Amino acid sequence: MSNYDPVEVTPLHADEMARMQADAIDAVKAARDLEELKQVRLAHVGDRSPIALANREIGALPPAARAEAGKRIGGARKAVADALAERQAQLEAERDERVLVEETVDVTLPSGRASRGARHPLTTLQERIADAFVAMGYEVAEGPELEGEWFNFDALNISTDHPARSEHDTFFVESVDSGKVLRTQTSPVQIRALLSRELPIYVISPGKVFRTDELDATHTPVFHQIEGLAIDEGLTMAHLKGTLDRFAEVMFGEGITTRFRPNYFPFTEPSAEMDLKCFVCRGASAVPGNPSCRTCKSEGWIEWGGCGMVNPRVLIACGVDPARYSGFAFGMGVERTLMFRHNAEDMRDMVEGDVRFTLPFGMEV
Amino acid sequence: MKVSLSWLREYVDLPAVTAHEIAEKLTAAGLKLESVISYGHDIKNVVVGEVLSIETLEGFKKPIRHCQVEVGEAAPREIVCGATNFEVGDRVPVALPGAVLPGGFEIASRKTYGRLSDGMICSEAELGVAESSPGILVLPGDTPIGADVVELLGLRDDVIELEITPDIGYALSIRGVAREAAAAFDSAFIDPADVSPPVASGPAYPASIADPSACDRFVLREIRGFDPSASSPLWMRARLTRAGMRPVSLAVDVTNYVMLELGQPLHAFDAARLTGEIVVRRAEPGETLETLDHVVRKLHPDDILITDGSGVISMAGTMGGLHTEISDASTDIVIEAAHFSASGIARMSRRHNLVSEASKRFERGVDRELPLYASWRAAQLLAELGGGTIQPGVTHAEVRVEPVQVAIPSGYPGRVAGTVYDRETVIRRLEQVGCAVESPATESGGTAADGIAAKLAVAGDDMLVVTPPSWRPDLTDPNDLAEEVIRLEGYENLPSILPSAPAGAGLTESQRLRRRVGRSLAAAGYVETLSYPFSGERDFDNLQLPADDARRLAVRLANPLSEDEPLMRTTLLPGLLKTLVRNVGRGFGDVALFETGLVYRPSPDAPAVAPVLGVDRRPSPEELASIESALPAQPLRVGVVLTGEFEPSGWWGKGREADWADAVEAARVVAAEAGVTLDVRADRHEPWHPGRCAALYSGDVLVGHAGELHPRVVEAYGLPPRTCAMELELTRLEQSPVGRPQAPAISGYPVASQDVALIVDAATPVAPVEAALREGAGELLESIRLFDVYAGAQVGEGKKSLAYSLRFRAADRTLTAEETTAARDAAVALATERTGARLRGA
Repeated sequence: MSNYDPVEVTPLHADEMARMQADAIDAVKAARDLEELKQVRLAHVGDRSPIALANREIGALPPAARAEAGKRIGGARKAVADALAERQAQLEAERDERVLVEETVDVTLPSGRASRGARHPLTTLQERIADAFVAMGYEVAEGPELEGEWFNFDALNISTDHPARSEHDTFFVESVDSGKVLRTQTSPVQIRALLSRELPIYVISPGKVFRTDELDATHTPVFHQIEGLAIDEGLTMAHLKGTLDRFAEVMFGEGITTRFRPNYFPFTEPSAEMDLKCFVCRGASAVPGNPSCRTCKSEGWIEWGGCGMVNPRVLIACGVDPARYSGFAFGMGVERTLMFRHNAEDMRDMVEGDVRFTLPFGMEV
Repeated sequence: MKVSLSWLREYVDLPAVTAHEIAEKLTAAGLKLESVISYGHDIKNVVVGEVLSIETLEGFKKPIRHCQVEVGEAAPREIVCGATNFEVGDRVPVALPGAVLPGGFEIASRKTYGRLSDGMICSEAELGVAESSPGILVLPGDTPIGADVVELLGLRDDVIELEITPDIGYALSIRGVAREAAAAFDSAFIDPADVSPPVASGPAYPASIADPSACDRFVLREIRGFDPSASSPLWMRARLTRAGMRPVSLAVDVTNYVMLELGQPLHAFDAARLTGEIVVRRAEPGETLETLDHVVRKLHPDDILITDGSGVISMAGTMGGLHTEISDASTDIVIEAAHFSASGIARMSRRHNLVSEASKRFERGVDRELPLYASWRAAQLLAELGGGTIQPGVTHAEVRVEPVQVAIPSGYPGRVAGTVYDRETVIRRLEQVGCAVESPATESGGTAADGIAAKLAVAGDDMLVVTPPSWRPDLTDPNDLAEEVIRLEGYENLPSILPSAPAGAGLTESQRLRRRVGRSLAAAGYVETLSYPFSGERDFDNLQLPADDARRLAVRLANPLSEDEPLMRTTLLPGLLKTLVRNVGRGFGDVALFETGLVYRPSPDAPAVAPVLGVDRRPSPEELASIESALPAQPLRVGVVLTGEFEPSGWWGKGREADWADAVEAARVVAAEAGVTLDVRADRHEPWHPGRCAALYSGDVLVGHAGELHPRVVEAYGLPPRTCAMELELTRLEQSPVGRPQAPAISGYPVASQDVALIVDAATPVAPVEAALREGAGELLESIRLFDVYAGAQVGEGKKSLAYSLRFRAADRTLTAEETTAARDAAVALATERTGARLRGA
């Protein structure tokens, strides 16, 4: 072998090799951060590191010694590499720990970067009521707010001289005998439904109505009603009761039903006033000795609306044969419902548009 | 109607139950309890005494008497009294020490004016039977000494106030309420009208009915030698007061008392002031009457009048004339009791804006059989209490009226109720309200009724022919009878059955759209308001609307609540702006509001009058169209107003002030819900800032405007500077045909982005530049975004730079750089051609 070098190569001595390995591992352990570790890596496993240089000397060994020296170097390299990897992982974890701590924020800072809006509770309450009836198969019917007198009064069996007519404090369109009024009730929509829809009819009509009342805590000249009409073969007052009982339960919970008292409306006969069982005390406050109830004023019942069997005269005015069809109608004030359902005490709050009143109601009631 | 229970109990045998229990039963029958007022329950220890001696004490500012009063005890009581209207020997009410007077006022023995006062001599006011009284109540000389005054004078009573619905005029009387109470308690009813007037022996004061459509019964009775100084007895005054009427004089009090008891309004004339025959007729042109309230009223040709030889003396059933009024010198009295046309009185009352106790009753229907009885009862009371003599004879003019008969099958009330009432129950209940019920021997089918009666007729087995009583003119239809049976059987006993309605179609597209619009605007930060739709000329001026602006054509109300706002709104903005000002005034500087609602837009050539059609049949399409054409258009609009920060400031930094672009964005939010992409064009339109006003188009249809308000509008409404607004007509927006959204094909190939900066004239609007880029880029263009607008020295005077980011993507391949660049170049080329844009740096 021409390149045989009989000289024994010092770095490949076992002692020397162990020292290099120990130096390297000490340096790895001593590295305080990833940058130092990088330098250590260069110094101890890089191309010019003692172990790499030693490796180059293997060729100078006699063939018999080479295997053992190679094994020794390999062992040293692995031990150093393992130490490096271990230290690398350790330092990275430390760095991550430190950086994330440094990035900590105060998550209790107030949010609210986007302005919040809301829908008016009178709108959403009408929708909620309508939805309860839509679920029963009703459709939502609508009509104009500025209405013909015939629709608002005459067709509803409220003739010119009818005492009920003067009780509706009506806004008339100039001149007084123009035959046009701001509707005083949503009932003209019943007439429009009877004239335009095919029988049977099950409709609910929410909307704005007008009476010449001055605004105060319990009156407003512009308010909202929601009214229902069902015309079919064989409908009875028991069906009216069943419908309103179901509605009351949908709105106020199981067991909250209605009570009827005789009343008078020209467009229904028989007619009834409809009371809701108090959903707060469930009627208990009416019993002497029990705690009082603010919602029903300890009467056990809350006046809610009016209802009755559609007067056959109304059907006749719309060309519906009362011998074949009968039906019922009912209506309630939306403002009033909002007052007792949500403890709204002053109607002025509902009309003034103060954002503080509306915001808490959000998107639905 | 305020009902004294002691009065009521005279005519119905009620069980010993509380006022509330009685009221509850009446409420269940349809006479709704309003309130219960108790009288005299707190009074005790007040007895009748006789004044034995009076010593007047001197030296005080007012006369003071020291009296010895015999009260039936071991010894007389000494009492100091400040009144002087009694004498020795008078019987007076004495509150003994320990007594309690109304209001919990306790009487004790005490020293006063240097003497012992061992009780109190009482006045009517102190006993709670009058509002005020001038002196002591002096009782009749035969009143037993020591008797309990509360018992004796009936001081203890409960008054229930009932709400009487307009159909049951008969319940505006003790008679009517007693009948209802008797039915409710199933107890005996004694008719107070059952007063057996003597058989008439010829007429009293002459009278006739000239217009039978105005009056179908007219009765006069005469009393002579009446003592005008006689006063009404305490019991009568107490009942009148408790019923809410003011005692006036015996003659007037008697007519009121009988009206309250029987429900028949009466009028008393001073016979000495009457001349010639009394005639009931309508007014003649130019007639006037000075009524009791000293108002001279111009009469209308339809007014129903009582007249005599001198002319008009009374507005029938509404208010009497001043000239023939009973005075404190009237000795001869003519009592009128009549039955006038309900609608005639209603119209007259409304025409003259004159509502009286009488008109209220006539309007709601008075028992046409009452006049003979009520006039007799009044005459009796006047003679008894005022010392006159009733003249023999009665004037009785009458127009024959056929009684109404209604036929129903006995099962009909049950058919309406949804339950079963047996035949006997139906008949018993109808008889209880006063109906005569017959079952015809043969099912004759009845005489062929015509008109509305025929349409109302109900067929079935076991027909009952029902004749309602004279006091129930409201019972005309089969359903009226059904209601009587159902209410007396108890509404609380109705079954509760949920009907099965056919499946509905849910909300309409338009209804869904309105909900979406509301939610989207609320989600975008707007708060919904509901303003009154009233408006005034001043709003149009404040909005700077030109004289010929279409929005100035508004519906005017005949009777507005405020003279400043007699018009119906033609725009939502004034209501929104006033609400905004209110919120700002309450300390909320950052406000964004929205409203959806109708505006009222009359057409200048629409008919002025909407006809009032008949009700006996379905109107023809032409008739219905004649109403519709007279109504204004009432489109639905949505509006927003906003001021202050639209994005709030906070620890994160400065927020963003609301500006014109937010208003336009609100319109886009609304339009997006309708599936419409708005086309925005610069416009000049009041009330917006002429340089910051966007017209909003859906295709070629103008749907609204948005932008910053004109500074003059801001000033006129007192708005914060730079307030912005948007108004858009939803009705017009939803007319744009929009198909369902189509699912896009999602390409999985990579995107290629290209930025371009274009230089255009500063005055060139951006929208057409972007439209040209979009069109020129062709179908490879995925999206385009304007990310910078720059004007300055670098782009030259009068120019601006628009920097766009274009994203390209193909559905089926990865685009090459050449393809992307070609598309971009095409986009720029078209923009150059259309708008003169030039690539920056080129």
